[in-house]
Amino acid sequence: MSQEKKQSNIAFVIGASSVGTLIEWYDFYIFGMLATIISKQFFPANAGTAALLSTLAIFAAGFIVRPFGALVFGRLGDLIGRKHTFLLTLIIMGGSTFAIGLVPGYATIGWAAPILVLILRLLQGLALGGEYGGAATYVAEHAPAGQRGFWTSWIQTTATLGLFLALGIIILVRSNQGVEKFSAEWGGWRYPFWISIVLVGVSILIRMRMSESPMFTKLKTEGRTSANPLKESFGQKRNFKMVLLALFGAVMGQGVVWYTGQFYAQSFIETVCKIDFIQSRNIMLVAILMATPCFVLFGWLSDKIGRKWIMLIGMLAAVFTYRPIYKEFINITSAANRAKTVDARLTNIKTAFPTYDLKDKTKMYLKQETDTTYFDGSVFKYYRTDTLIFKAPRDETRPITLINPDMIAYSSPKPNLVVEKTLGHTAYWDMIWLVFIQIVYVTMVYGPIAAFLVEMFPTKIRYTSMSLPYHIGNGVFGGLVPFLGTLIVEFTKTTEHPAGDVLAGLWYPIGVAAVCFVIGLIYLSNKIDKNVMD
Amino acid sequence: MNAIKKFSGYLWMLMAPLLILFLLYEANEKISHASAAVQSNVILQWVIILLVFTPICIGFFIFGKYASKGEYNQLPGSSEEL
Repeated sequence: MSQEKKQSNIAFVIGASSVGTLIEWYDFYIFGMLATIISKQFFPANAGTAALLSTLAIFAAGFIVRPFGALVFGRLGDLIGRKHTFLLTLIIMGGSTFAIGLVPGYATIGWAAPILVLILRLLQGLALGGEYGGAATYVAEHAPAGQRGFWTSWIQTTATLGLFLALGIIILVRSNQGVEKFSAEWGGWRYPFWISIVLVGVSILIRMRMSESPMFTKLKTEGRTSANPLKESFGQKRNFKMVLLALFGAVMGQGVVWYTGQFYAQSFIETVCKIDFIQSRNIMLVAILMATPCFVLFGWLSDKIGRKWIMLIGMLAAVFTYRPIYKEFINITSAANRAKTVDARLTNIKTAFPTYDLKDKTKMYLKQETDTTYFDGSVFKYYRTDTLIFKAPRDETRPITLINPDMIAYSSPKPNLVVEKTLGHTAYWDMIWLVFIQIVYVTMVYGPIAAFLVEMFPTKIRYTSMSLPYHIGNGVFGGLVPFLGTLIVEFTKTTEHPAGDVLAGLWYPIGVAAVCFVIGLIYLSNKIDKNVMD
Repeated sequence: MNAIKKFSGYLWMLMAPLLILFLLYEANEKISHASAAVQSNVILQWVIILLVFTPICIGFFIFGKYASKGEYNQLPGSSEEL
């Protein structure tokens, strides 16, 4: 085959594999990003069983089903081939995502709604568990010797671009529809699920034109494929010890760095720094877009200098800089650190008309909005809601304007306070750069890892062997970053400091990345296997 | 370097059961302090965490054991050695 034809063939392989993997990540993320609306639509409020199902949908899909999918589809990929297996995962993922968008809400079909959503979510997790290993193996087995890092890094961009696509589509639909229409039972939140079927359909057509991996075809022709990939991967010491090394020396660190940079950061910006919905997502979108080329850069560099040091430097940088970065997030968005404008017209206090509680006739609410504009163009909005309790249930025929103070027994001592901040240009870009730095770490640990994993295992059990550590590292260690981070912050809350140490949650990713760095430093080899044609 | 690899193997072997004990302690703390309304949900969360992390900790122990026995002293240099 001529050099030019080889290049165009590998480009097609990359394109076809990457588009499918990107769509699978997109499908997986939209559920998480729309979790609040989904739980309102499919799970009844204040019901214990519903909360259990909701927890299962979120936890089990990421932590149990993904590694399980890695085993099921990894085995299949090593037995029947890469192409058909990852075609199957794409169909399962696309079908279940589209179906979630079609399930009527709890208000319409009752308990069938959360049960159906749970089953479909578990199918999503299963499919994702089988997809990545297949795509990475497939691309690596097509890549020319000495360029495996470069070519597989395109697959590595898909997880981040999937996140980008999911964020982008959700923002687009929400901005066009407005919050109320977007959140309705058959509202705009369903569109990202429906769009998936088009994306998956196109991807299936492309993938059907692909041929099987040349290495797997060679093994099959020679009758050297594994009869029992699970037993060979995890039952034989020489392979199992490499699975353990991959997990503890590389992938668990990569998982926490990946989730901290892309998910914990967004959650922190929104819930701790109180940046408004659209701006917090825009910060993520711009930072992701700027940092994504670094996946390819570090993949390419790993072909030249080895995978080990790039990944380890990424982890080490994360260990030492996470706390300063997050501290800076707080500084940039703090009201105390910025000068208020002297123009009184720019400090606006709006007191809304009082509203009755429609269910509880003894309550009424007084809402007040204070907008403060700062010299740097930032606008901080403070929403305060006071609850007034009547001495006796209100008379519904009495106009609200005729209520006098004598009728009020007391106002609740703790008003509900909500802060929403929109940053000015400089502060906005400062936030973007801080997120960008974290995503560069992500690209360092994640860019070379597909090639690194592929080179650790022989062709006949590669799909199985690399999929499991990847999904434990990424899904379990990484996926638990938000949960364990929040849990650690809870530990620091005292009566003197009811908010606790908001930076304490970072100790989990820092600790895991530090242990992984030490293990990687001591045990990993930086040698690149030029030829994986075993 | 091989001595460090072996010695740190014992450290990983020690860390694995400690991590399981820590998780059991935390699970007990969180479940016993959870309000009745959310207790079953908290139990489920921790059961999933323990179900997932116990085999991982066992794997970490085995990793330490392999390391202490010198299994990682010589890693495969090419796919022919895998």
